[in-house]
Amino acid sequence: ELAAAAGPEAFQTDEKLTPYGDVSGYNNFYEFGTDKSDPARNAHTMTTDPWSVEVGGLVNKPGKLYLEDILGSFDLEERTYRLRCVEAWSMVIPWVGFPLADLLQRFEPGSDAKFVEFRTLYRPDEMSGTRSLTSIIDWPYREGLRLDEAMHPLTLLAVGLYGKTLPNQNGAPLRLVVPWKYGFKSIKSIVSINLVDRQPATSWQTLAPREYGFYSNVNPEVDHPRWSQRYERRLPSTLFSPNRIATRMFNGYEAQVAELYQGMDLRKYY
Amino acid sequence: MRDKLIRLGIFLLCLVPFAVLLKGAVTGGLGPDPAKTIMLETGEWSLRLLALTLLVSPLRQWTGWSLVMRLRRMLGLYAFFYACVHLATFAHFYLGWSGSILLEELAERPYITVGFAAWSLLLPLALTSTRGWQRRLRRNWQRLHRLIYPAAVLACLHLLWQARSDIGEALVYIVIVAALLGWRLRTFWPGLAKA
Repeated sequence: ELAAAAGPEAFQTDEKLTPYGDVSGYNNFYEFGTDKSDPARNAHTMTTDPWSVEVGGLVNKPGKLYLEDILGSFDLEERTYRLRCVEAWSMVIPWVGFPLADLLQRFEPGSDAKFVEFRTLYRPDEMSGTRSLTSIIDWPYREGLRLDEAMHPLTLLAVGLYGKTLPNQNGAPLRLVVPWKYGFKSIKSIVSINLVDRQPATSWQTLAPREYGFYSNVNPEVDHPRWSQRYERRLPSTLFSPNRIATRMFNGYEAQVAELYQGMDLRKYY
Repeated sequence: MRDKLIRLGIFLLCLVPFAVLLKGAVTGGLGPDPAKTIMLETGEWSLRLLALTLLVSPLRQWTGWSLVMRLRRMLGLYAFFYACVHLATFAHFYLGWSGSILLEELAERPYITVGFAAWSLLLPLALTSTRGWQRRLRRNWQRLHRLIYPAAVLACLHLLWQARSDIGEALVYIVIVAALLGWRLRTFWPGLAKA
């Protein structure tokens, strides 16, 4: 459905792809429930057309982008990335999208912009999970990146996977993919992108700052306080082949991104 | 005869969740991450059966049924059985059967320490659950088997400690276990009952 050229070699991997059914059936998208199968069951209630993204804050040309503009004006490419969830499972997914940097440049970030803040759609009547009385997330879901992370060539805005438009449960119609960070940084169903001069508060960090840092780079040496990050289950995993593999520094993208964090203590800035 | 049939029926009923999981695990019906499903299901069934075991005494007192007393051992053993499958799943999918990783996890992760402690408290209860041991230990048997109380509390804590953003489910179990233990406090201190 989506025309996309294969992206550069550096953005591919030979690892076995996680099948489409698993990628679109096993999701964390708490707006539609906390069980992994909830989003696939409930996300159809989200309206994704019309859709627009507000880009503002410290940019010279703030404005609003409609999904049609986005699809019409950026060159889509296919990139196969590893996705490592903070819960110690992982997938290999062929995304269709374009670099976030291409979009940000169009709005001309100001010289004082240091961070980018993202927000997910918040529409309680279409999102059953946000109506849960026992949930302690303060909606809308928020995420953030440092500007140089956001401008990094690996950082992708995805509109599809497996050559098709994104299923709602995977963050349709537009989501972030930051492959060297834990999955929750890759915010779904984005409606607002804001450039700011201070590190923005993000949802998981606000909820449990000891457990989820702002950076949340994949790092086998720094455990989550409640579980180890040294290994992961590469999905699909089965009883006969659990597929338990060692987690790699920066999820295997160390050569491309390590320089962003030179001189930083990654135990402190987890 | 009727009692025997009821006990057989409940025995088979308690086996159903395990059979469903086993079938799913072998045929791939549990989805891409069976470890997660098996951990969740066996953990919850263990806790549910633990709560049912704790329900036996109050139920007998209210209803006078003596049959329920004879179900207590089976329910308790099933709670332990699901806890064992839970632990084995953890060893298989998460530890790769490595003893050194288990020790590390026990030392570093309180929710695992607490869960393991709950299982360890149930172990002697399962081992001494026979009539023979009951006779041999006499009054001490009853004292020993009060370990089910701290085991149930630890199991609830184990569940609560793992909630990421939604503690609703853990709260349901906590309320149920608190009620079952609270009822026992009333019988230990009759003064409470009058209040």
